[in-house]
Amino acid sequence: MHASVNPTVSPARQAEAARNARDARNDRVFGWVLKSCALLVLVALLGAAASTLWGGSDAFGTFGWGFLTSDAWDPGNDRYGALVPVMGTVITALIALIIAVPISFGIALFLTEIAPSWLRGPVSSAIELLAGIPSIIYGMWGLFIFAPFVAAHVKPWLMNNFSDTPPDGQISWLVQHVPWIAKFFSSEYPFFGAGVLTAGMVLAIMIIPFISSVMREVFQTVPTRLKESAYALGSSTWEVVWDIVLPYTRSAVIGGVFLGLGRALGETMAVAFVLGNTFKFTPSILETGSSIASTIANQFGEAEGLQKSALMALAFLLFVVTFIVLLIARLMLRQLGNKEGR
Amino acid sequence: MATSHIYARRRLKNIIAMVLSVLATGVGLLFLAWILWETLSQGISALKPQLFTRITAYREEGGLANAMVGSLILNSLGILIATPIGVMAGTWLSEYSLRSRLGPVIRFLNDILLSAPSIVLGLFAYTIIVLPMKWATNGDITFSGFAGGIALALIALPVIVRTTDEMLRLVPSTLREAALSLGVPQWKLTVQILIRSARSGIVTGVLLALARISGETAPLLFTAFGNNFMTFNPLDKMPSLPQVIYEYTKDPSPDINTLAWAGAFVLTMFVLLLSLTARFAFSRSKVSND
Repeated sequence: MHASVNPTVSPARQAEAARNARDARNDRVFGWVLKSCALLVLVALLGAAASTLWGGSDAFGTFGWGFLTSDAWDPGNDRYGALVPVMGTVITALIALIIAVPISFGIALFLTEIAPSWLRGPVSSAIELLAGIPSIIYGMWGLFIFAPFVAAHVKPWLMNNFSDTPPDGQISWLVQHVPWIAKFFSSEYPFFGAGVLTAGMVLAIMIIPFISSVMREVFQTVPTRLKESAYALGSSTWEVVWDIVLPYTRSAVIGGVFLGLGRALGETMAVAFVLGNTFKFTPSILETGSSIASTIANQFGEAEGLQKSALMALAFLLFVVTFIVLLIARLMLRQLGNKEGR
Repeated sequence: MATSHIYARRRLKNIIAMVLSVLATGVGLLFLAWILWETLSQGISALKPQLFTRITAYREEGGLANAMVGSLILNSLGILIATPIGVMAGTWLSEYSLRSRLGPVIRFLNDILLSAPSIVLGLFAYTIIVLPMKWATNGDITFSGFAGGIALALIALPVIVRTTDEMLRLVPSTLREAALSLGVPQWKLTVQILIRSARSGIVTGVLLALARISGETAPLLFTAFGNNFMTFNPLDKMPSLPQVIYEYTKDPSPDINTLAWAGAFVLTMFVLLLSLTARFAFSRSKVSND
């Protein structure tokens, strides 16, 4: 700042030059500080992947690729495999999607095309309220209220119609003619509510607000011109939605579905109580099972040594799978952003 | 005649679709009402004054006072750590990343972090805080409220980054041009003009982040761990409302389950009031939270 005094430059000019230099330096420092904060987002993601990989390296090293294909989870003999929790995670998430996608589509259709405008605000706020309820509340409700409901009303009906050990003793026509279907609906305890199907249903309720709000938002981006043209040609509301709105928003709708899938895969507390936490491999959706997240939540606190490492390895698998699913979701959703010209 | 047949079929199809759509909305609202009703009715009947005055160490005779205090401390820690970092990162994305190739990448990854499984973020906090502290203190300090605060901050961070970024981009660029043409340096423009004019939107983001972390259970199980006594020391194991609800729900005793419902009621009311406040008090600025 103490530049050599040049008699031709007035002191005011010198002060100004000094101020400019100071501002430029402050601007640079400020920019660096902000940038390093933004890089922390990167660090959080990379760190989560690296720390679980590092923690799980022992299990990966001990079991190798067999970790992915083994259905053993036996802390007594220190043998661990990821197959049962991975299958549990995937199947509960798929059940959740099968239930949640049509319902979310119906809600989005109702909110964008059918409901009178005074009803749209309150109903969409109410549905979004579902997203605000903490997942532990879903877990409690699932355990104390919904699982007994499933045991009393849903499961006996399913077993009467689709299993070869129906509680009412009469094997249904369907099972007599298509015997393999019974494999998916058998259960040793017909009056026990927890299980894969119950967990999938609770997850479905949790992800409905996410999928339906994405669908509603993207349906609203369809140009009114397009819809009105179709209406003018005599289309019904359903034809407008099915032939105009859905094709126009296809990639974003798929993105919304994947966003819901990502949520369902990583959800812990809602399924920790209603899944049963057993480690027997079974194709039946009425049997108990376990998911990656619920296994970690239940066992990590008391785990030591190889078991802790196996849980970390499970977490790494979960992170990689959800990362890929969410990556697809965001890429699909971004295409819509480009189309709008934002 | 044939045309009227086709017409009738199209109309029938339309009516079926409309009815199914209304039914789907009904199903969604029914489950919302069911969950809220159970939480309210079971929770209110379990409410009693000692809930707020006694600690969990008394079990059936106790309350949830230490869990509520613990939640308050953990959430404050999470928000105090995440807010400055999140606001600065969001500001960088909105104001400084225009010429940087890194900007879109970080914005994209932030959206992924937003829906990443919280239990994995909890394990990350476990690895970088709990394990080193255990080694450094020879096992005196293991699980701690501080580690829980870091885990919650990791969950709050992407919410704050995203809302700050979105809110700053809503500020009209004429404001930036006016200030820059007067010779205001960019840092001053950012701090004194842009952040100030987007303030209510940024506060909304912080409130939404608070609502989000208040209900988080999974990442706290192996960071803050839990404690049956009252503690204000962030280096101590610390209880929290969601974690106590989790333990009390698993408990075989019905009296303990009742306490869990009371906790669930308090937690749900807090979280819903918070997100309603965030949405409506500052509804001038619309925030998306997916």
